[in-house]
Amino acid sequence: MTGPHAAEPGAEAPVLPEIWELRLYVIGRSPKCARAIENLQAACEQHLAGRYHIEVVDLRESPRLAADDQILAVPTLVRKLPPPIRKIVGDLSNTDRLLVGLQLRPRRGEAT
Amino acid sequence: MSALADDTAGPGLPKAPTGIGGLDEITGGGLPNGRSTLVTGGTGSGKTLLGLQFLVAGAREYGEPGVLVTFEESAEKVSANVASLGFDLDGLQQDGLLVVYAFRVDPSAVLETGEFDLEPLFLLLGDTIEHVGAKRVVLDTIELLFGAFQSQAIVRAELGRLFRWLEDRAVTAIVTSERGDTGLTSHGIEEYVSDCVIVLDHRIDDQISTRRLRVVKYRGSAHETNEYPFLISARGFMVLPITSVALDYRAPQERISTGVTRLDHMLAGGLFRGSTVLVSGTAGTGKTTLAAHLIDSACARGERTLLVLFEESPDQVIRNMRSVGLDLRRWVEAGLLRIWAARPTAFGLETHLAILARLIEEFTPSAAVLDGIAGLAHGSSGAEVSSMIARQIDLLKARGITAMATTLAREDEASTVGISSLVDTWLLLRNVESDGERNRLLYVLKSRGSAHSNQVREFVLTDHGAELLDVYVGPAGVVTGSARVAQEARERSAELQQSEDLMRRSRELRRGIMEQEAQLAVLQDELAAGRAELERIEERGRRQVADAEATRSVIASHRWADPTPGDEGRQR
Repeated sequence: MTGPHAAEPGAEAPVLPEIWELRLYVIGRSPKCARAIENLQAACEQHLAGRYHIEVVDLRESPRLAADDQILAVPTLVRKLPPPIRKIVGDLSNTDRLLVGLQLRPRRGEAT
Repeated sequence: MSALADDTAGPGLPKAPTGIGGLDEITGGGLPNGRSTLVTGGTGSGKTLLGLQFLVAGAREYGEPGVLVTFEESAEKVSANVASLGFDLDGLQQDGLLVVYAFRVDPSAVLETGEFDLEPLFLLLGDTIEHVGAKRVVLDTIELLFGAFQSQAIVRAELGRLFRWLEDRAVTAIVTSERGDTGLTSHGIEEYVSDCVIVLDHRIDDQISTRRLRVVKYRGSAHETNEYPFLISARGFMVLPITSVALDYRAPQERISTGVTRLDHMLAGGLFRGSTVLVSGTAGTGKTTLAAHLIDSACARGERTLLVLFEESPDQVIRNMRSVGLDLRRWVEAGLLRIWAARPTAFGLETHLAILARLIEEFTPSAAVLDGIAGLAHGSSGAEVSSMIARQIDLLKARGITAMATTLAREDEASTVGISSLVDTWLLLRNVESDGERNRLLYVLKSRGSAHSNQVREFVLTDHGAELLDVYVGPAGVVTGSARVAQEARERSAELQQSEDLMRRSRELRRGIMEQEAQLAVLQDELAAGRAELERIEERGRRQVADAEATRSVIASHRWADPTPGDEGRQR
């Protein structure tokens, strides 16, 4: 970010929150879910070190939560903060897509 | 269970009744129990409603709680949409008989990376089956679930797994699907849900829409394969399994009046209850009036009657019938007569049939009149109309309802031959033109199982209803109208003449008798006088003889004369 915004440092504060709140819905410890947890943790460590919080929700403990939180598939990662809420379905094996999904990396072709 | 269901249900194949009138008949008892059924059809074809009715019937009537998983709308919207049909989804949910899970799917808000499964759906359903005892599941609609994900192969595989999983738990499921361009569904789901496939159709021919249902496949069970019209009414989904009506009507011996006394005589005492009468005739021959008589007499007996009008409005008919002295309004007000004006162009033939079926079910009439069935022919082929009317008649017959159908027909009798074989009694009304007049004639063309008059009657509309009069057959054929009146006058005068002749003759004879009696009296007087004279003369004679003898004996004693030998004894 350059230009006029540089003169007002406070304006950049909401863009990058202190803590990323991520919730990963899983069911038990299936290979897919285990992979998703690993992949997520690895990506967060790399890109959001110290600024993230991952909550792993096992739907088996409360099946109705799937309906309340609109979770049809597992694993599903939900970015609760920063807004807007984003959902990423799958075992997160493609790190690039995960980062795009979390909006940690701009889509291809956009400037960094 | 009906005989039909017994015949068609395969042994050992339990069914889950849908509670949908007609559908359970077609399928021989319902959907395959513990298996999945695919319901496919276009937008607005009634898939969701079919599924919901299945759930509601299960919860309310068959003690089978259910789960609805919808990807279409929010739970509130689903409840609101069907509340008008009398489905209290909220109430059923509160009673723990129904659970609704609504998923809003928005593909643009979801990103996919790597493998996933639909285990949450299994988990939810498993939880509900365990806690609510759900026996029925509806997934509505499957295309939206596919739309939520990019990996179609995963969704397809997961759904296949879901159906097997449901089957293992003996849950009866309905999966609704949008009909695809090539196959039954866009995603080939029918390969997985192969036990029962129902196709719903919402067709528009000549700007008239008709809903139809067909059971394409039903593994292990006989089923009716025809297309059936169905209706989405204020009471929900209703299918009309018309062709499954067997020819096993009851045939009561009871006769009921047509409302026209002389017509009853012509039919040897009236119509058989539950029989079907066709009244055909040209325009203005009094078909509706004849029908109104039937209605009037049925209502007067306190029987509920249904009048279906295909050509006129109820007000118009009530007004017209009042002019011939038939007050139908009082029967409407008394709740004995229900009039339904069905513009033939308003719905397709099947919808008409469906509405008729519903009216019959609701109102349970003992007699019904279908007025102006020829009107149905607008924009439909003759074969379709005949088949439709046949179904209507079947519908009425199967329920023992005495029915009268009136139809406009040309002078040639063959024009209504398509349905004439279905009716028990066929009355033909004709106009005859003679002496510058048109007059109405009524014939009984046929009357099954009953003696009937072979004579033609003149049919006259008076201000106190229809009347039948004898017609005169003269050298120029039947004599009607003014010619009949003239003929009647001639006959009356001839009769008069004849009776005057008789009077005169009897007067003459009486006079003759009186004269002869007078003569007889004179003669008897003379006879009596003669007899009296004779008596007097004879008496005088006897007295003279006695005097003479007495005189002789005095003389003899005076002379001491010898006694005569005959007098010896007397002398001693």
